[in-house]
Amino acid sequence: MSFLTLDHVSHHYFSKDSYTKAIDDISLSIEEGEFVSLLGPSGCGKSTILSIIAGIMKQTAGKVLLQDQLITDSKIPIGYMLQQDYLFPWKTILNNVLLGPKIYDTNSEETKTRALELLDEVGLHDVANQHPGALSGGMRQRAALVRTLINDPKIMLLDEPFSALDYQTKLRLEDLVSLQIKTYHKTTILVTHDIGEAIAMSDRIFIMHANPGSIDKVFEVPIELRNETPFLVRRHPKYQIIFDKVWDVLSKKETDSKVVPPTS
Amino acid sequence: MKQKSDHHLFVAYKRQLSHEKKVVLLWQFSILILFIGLWEIASRFYWIDPLLFSSPSRIIQLLIQKLTDGSIITHVEFTLFETILGFIIGTAGGIIIATLLWSSRRFSNVMDPYLVIMNAMPKVALGPIIIVALGPGLVSIITMGAIISVIITSLVVYSAFNEVDPNYEKVLKSFGASRWQCFKEAIFPATIPAIISTFKVNVGLSWVGVIVGEFLVSKQGLGYLIIYGFQVFDFSLVMASLVLIAIFAAIMYKVVEKIEAWLIKHST
Ligand SMILES: Nc1ncnc2c1ncn2[C@@H]1O[C@H](COP(=O)(O)OP(=O)(O)OP(=O)(O)O)[C@@H](O)[C@H]1O
Ligand SMILES: [Mg+2]
Repeated sequence: MSFLTLDHVSHHYFSKDSYTKAIDDISLSIEEGEFVSLLGPSGCGKSTILSIIAGIMKQTAGKVLLQDQLITDSKIPIGYMLQQDYLFPWKTILNNVLLGPKIYDTNSEETKTRALELLDEVGLHDVANQHPGALSGGMRQRAALVRTLINDPKIMLLDEPFSALDYQTKLRLEDLVSLQIKTYHKTTILVTHDIGEAIAMSDRIFIMHANPGSIDKVFEVPIELRNETPFLVRRHPKYQIIFDKVWDVLSKKETDSKVVPPTS
Repeated sequence: MKQKSDHHLFVAYKRQLSHEKKVVLLWQFSILILFIGLWEIASRFYWIDPLLFSSPSRIIQLLIQKLTDGSIITHVEFTLFETILGFIIGTAGGIIIATLLWSSRRFSNVMDPYLVIMNAMPKVALGPIIIVALGPGLVSIITMGAIISVIITSLVVYSAFNEVDPNYEKVLKSFGASRWQCFKEAIFPATIPAIISTFKVNVGLSWVGVIVGEFLVSKQGLGYLIIYGFQVFDFSLVMASLVLIAIFAAIMYKVVEKIEAWLIKHST
């Protein structure tokens, strides 16, 4: 059995006078240590899938299994990183990082030392006692990364974590996150709009379409690219070939959905 | 050279600021003197009836006399005590009610129409009923001081709770946080500025509740002195009480402002 399995998962959002089927009958499985990306247009249910895996929301149909256990029953820590850092502005960086241990009730001198170590690894040791307001966007997102890593999550869920950053910061952070994830052997799901980012960072790419959200096609990223850092992947001769293939699938979907107007 | 001229500009700017401040102060002071002077003259020359409108000199005389024999001190203490307690109970009560509303969606849905009615209700109209229920004394007056601010506080704070960015809760829930932990770590700290801003409003409201309460109970306090002075036609006493209320209300407002500044500084 795989590490993480989604078994015919659907989700509806209900409101007083209507409902939306955000994702429809999604089945996929991910192996331990794998890095996969979800790529697709806005509103195709990417964030919904992550929220369900994170246990923040319960799907309306289907099953989610993590290590053969229903996700709702398992107490396995999950690292969820959002589009914006959502560091708590009234807490120092260190206390933000120690938020998870506080909730899991594993706060100790050791975790504090570990937090400072991790902050050091991402170059934030000096600002540990400052408040998030005093940091740049890239620094804040690095702090948010440490906040998820400190809990030693079995699986990392990254919901467009770089999209609010400028291009250079984004490239640098991609490398850093990729390095951290490789160092600690994390299984990771990355949600992104950016085709290049998906190719640069992942082993497999799930391409989705909207109305309702479902998986269209799965791309395997060639082994040569997987072992490079994201920055170097973007300069690899094979990169453009993959990019064009993904682009074709995505743009085909777009024209398709224009011919057949979505029904909801 | 450059450094120096920068500095000169800054000095000039500061000088201009302090000059402006002086001008404003002068105006403020002149208005006060003019008002008091006109009042005094109008009263002396019988442009206004000194029996009804008194005069600054008489009010000051009365105040000095009442302060030296100490008879007014107890009234001031009484009123201050009631107002402070009413303010604290009203504010804390409002926050607690808001927390209860937040803790259960069903409870807040059930309470919704009642809160709307209680908020629309002019609270001072409840005075007689409160006095019948709690007796004509301190408890009733403090209740008046508290009840006038408790509902509006709970509504304001509750809506502030609901406006906290849900993503903070998302972060906490991804760690498996309970609803109470979400409240403690995200909802409440994010709402502190909104809570603090209710303080200033509530101070003013508590004064209203307490003075009306004293009108009705008529035993002690500055509100009682106003009613008493009115009944025995001693308008110097009415005016003196008003002056004291104005002074202490302003002091209390300033104190709350200081507390507010301190809290904002220490909660972020
Ligand atoms: N809380 C909600 N209530 C109602 N509908 C929602 C809610 N959240 C999402 N939806 C709907 O569900 C669908 C999928 O939303 P989701 O946020 O998962 O998309 P997404 O792929 O993450 O989009 P984006 O790339 O813009 O972040 C959308 O049509 C959206 O309108
Ligand atoms: Mg999204």
